[in-house]
Amino acid sequence: MSDTPILQIENLSTYYGAVQALRSVSLTVQPGEICAVLGANGSGKTTLLRTISGLQPAAPGSRILVNGEDITGAPAESMVRRGLAHVPEGGGVIVDLTVEENLRLGGLWRADRRDRAQALDEVYELFPPLVERRNQPAASLSGGERQMVAIGRALMARPAVLLLDEPSLGLAPLITQQIMRLLHDLRDRTGLTVVLVEQNAASALSITDHGFVLSQGAVVARGSSAELLADDRMRHAYLGF
Amino acid sequence: MTSSLRRDDPPTDVVAPKAAPSTRPRPRIRPVLLTHLAAALLALLGVVALTFLVGPIEQLRIAKVGYLMLAIAGLQLLVGASGQISLGHGAFMFIGAYATALTVLHAPMVPLAAIMVLTVVVGCLAGIVVGAATARLHGPYLAGATLALAVGLPALALYFSDILGGSNGLLFKMRGAPPELAGLVTDNQWKAWVIWFTVLVALVVLATLSRGRLGRRLRAIRDDEAAAAMAGIPVGRTKVTAFVISAGCGSLAGACEAYLLGTATPSSFSLALSLSLLAALVLGGLGSLWGAFWGALALVYLELAGKELADLLGLSSSVADNVPLVFFGTLLIVIVMAWPMGIHGALSRLSGVVRRR
Amino acid sequence: MNQFISLTFEGIANGAIYAALGLSLVIIYQATRVVNFAQPALALMAVYLAYTVTQATGSYWLGFATAMASGTLLGVVTERLLVRPVQDKSPLNAIILTLGLLMVLQGLAGMIWGNLQHSFPPPMSFRDLAAVPISPEEIFALAAVGVVATVLFLLYRFTPLGLRMRAAAFHAESARLSGVRVGLMLTLGWGIASAIGALAGMLAVPPLLSPTVLDAVFVYGIAAAVLGGLDNPFGALAGGLVLGVGLSYVSGYVGSELTTLAALAILIAVLSLRPAGLFSRATVRKV
Repeated sequence: MSDTPILQIENLSTYYGAVQALRSVSLTVQPGEICAVLGANGSGKTTLLRTISGLQPAAPGSRILVNGEDITGAPAESMVRRGLAHVPEGGGVIVDLTVEENLRLGGLWRADRRDRAQALDEVYELFPPLVERRNQPAASLSGGERQMVAIGRALMARPAVLLLDEPSLGLAPLITQQIMRLLHDLRDRTGLTVVLVEQNAASALSITDHGFVLSQGAVVARGSSAELLADDRMRHAYLGF
Repeated sequence: MTSSLRRDDPPTDVVAPKAAPSTRPRPRIRPVLLTHLAAALLALLGVVALTFLVGPIEQLRIAKVGYLMLAIAGLQLLVGASGQISLGHGAFMFIGAYATALTVLHAPMVPLAAIMVLTVVVGCLAGIVVGAATARLHGPYLAGATLALAVGLPALALYFSDILGGSNGLLFKMRGAPPELAGLVTDNQWKAWVIWFTVLVALVVLATLSRGRLGRRLRAIRDDEAAAAMAGIPVGRTKVTAFVISAGCGSLAGACEAYLLGTATPSSFSLALSLSLLAALVLGGLGSLWGAFWGALALVYLELAGKELADLLGLSSSVADNVPLVFFGTLLIVIVMAWPMGIHGALSRLSGVVRRR
Repeated sequence: MNQFISLTFEGIANGAIYAALGLSLVIIYQATRVVNFAQPALALMAVYLAYTVTQATGSYWLGFATAMASGTLLGVVTERLLVRPVQDKSPLNAIILTLGLLMVLQGLAGMIWGNLQHSFPPPMSFRDLAAVPISPEEIFALAAVGVVATVLFLLYRFTPLGLRMRAAAFHAESARLSGVRVGLMLTLGWGIASAIGALAGMLAVPPLLSPTVLDAVFVYGIAAAVLGGLDNPFGALAGGLVLGVGLSYVSGYVGSELTTLAALAILIAVLSLRPAGLFSRATVRKV
């Protein structure tokens, strides 16, 4: 592994009109890490991911680097080519398409047809329940299955970094746990880097290596997951457990 | 729940909550009415004075501005205040014109005032039918249905050609100035007065209504239909009411046109007329009745200017005939594109300003 | 009975044209949530250009190709220059904008080619075959629309490009995150739709061409699209055929002047039962 961080964010600010949603956020993620972005509702977690992947414009002076390459201001549709896959809040599964179409969409950007087919097989291997539903409209899926499709679609792109926005939203704890374990295994097997935005701090910190805590758009704490878990003051003030 | 994952509908503009401090007493109906009446009287005197200064052709144009203004004002209540798009307003003018023509031809003894009242009633009835039928339709669906109305209704004149005169329409004679005023007042002048009087009376009613409860309800529905419904506003009935009033205005405007020209032909109520009315409304500004005035003025005089320009440049008649259409179309495009917050937004802000005043 | 059969075939052929126009509206509505009221004017321009080329070269098919190419181009230009800047604003804006474009193009057509009618013969002669109750012209219309609809279905359903276009139309953000160039897909959608509109124009115009010739056809086209539900391509096809046959009977048995009103009546009857069209997926209007 090289020393270049896979994802480096410097001085990132974002505005919604006159409202500042992110205040000079800086953070670094090394290859193969799973890192958590924690914080209460409205603390800017989702905005952070959306700004990284170009869905939200970053304010001047911000810098976002993926593998040393400056991607600040690049359009969202170019992110998969740069190794960045983003599973938005709610999954962003397209309900009008079938399960397989949703998955195939994620790999379309790559020219190699055989490789795409192989990626599809891998995703089905990862999420066996999707196999028999492959030709059903995604609208018919349960919440957990939808999240599988969402993550599967992102993995179809064979990303270096996976940005994951609240995969546990609206899911039963057991399913959340399964997804967390899956991410962990995936990292161990493939060296995938994961940035996990979670409101449910306890479940997120159980699988992550380290974490950042956002409050009102600024990073208020950072450290290894164990440290964050151990810090009572932090837990009470920002993580709510 | 599936809808939340779909591509969202274009945002129906979220309108900033209006700062409407309720400490101020609600405008009482009588002073408002009195103000409007005074303004109307002033306008009428102005028109009467103006007709003495200009020639007969100009008097016709003044009259035309009058009734077009009424049609546009009716449309403004519908589009501007309630947010429903009607592409079929020409159809109600068609109804008014033919109602007038038929009454004059078959019951010549009916006085003019009664004819005018009658056309309003007929127009309102048509409005009830169309409005009730289309009450549940939104945006493009309503636009599509009214488009069909605008194209389809004038064809009635062709189908019932025995009664409605086919494509040549109906020709009839309307009395001009009363004999006592012969020599003092020309026919055109008199007709312009009558039309402006009628139009102003209708506008006073319209202005008073849109300042009152109906107007408030319509704006509430336009801004957020669901919220309005939850606030207890009978959405369906209010929308139909707007449709009916606007249809009545259109019909009365058509009656004025028939009275002025002494004819009613299907070709004068083409789709182009309906679209021009909408264009004039947008051009004049969706927010206020003044917009209707500017729009009507533009409709009459820009068309004239286009024709004169084409004559001046020696352009062929096919070019000259189409100058107004191209001009208005271009204006519509320019206005929509140059209004970055959207007409709807500008309009809400405008109505906010008006209400805060 | 003979009249009934020939009216039915005529209705199906006309219905195919309405369906094509309806389809062009649906494709654009699905992709950009805009009802393109300028569609008949774009088609009109394409047909006039075809007329000019056919006049100059004597070849109908060269004109036909011109219509398809110019139709596509007009759609692309309209989307890029006019619709995109106003698209995310109030729906009122898009409607007014496309109406403005309708007026401009219709006026321009009148300025360039005159308000008078030009003769615009169909590709095949009018000679009816005695044995079959359907004219070659009607067969051509049916075949052309059938082929286009099939190709379109295959394109959208089975190709990567089609998947991209659908994804862009259904959920722009997810499509972008999957690397789809959404803007390009929407432009492409407008191009395809306008080409289909131009095809409908080429089929609908004969025998006489004038600036307002497509007004009524457009009303039927939009009626077809609205009948089927604006976001359902199959609905537009079905709506077009139903409308075509229904109006053919009205025209044949009652009077051709009443067809537009009959379309309105059908439209209102259907919409009062199902305000979002016959085949529309039940979407809840969001609060």
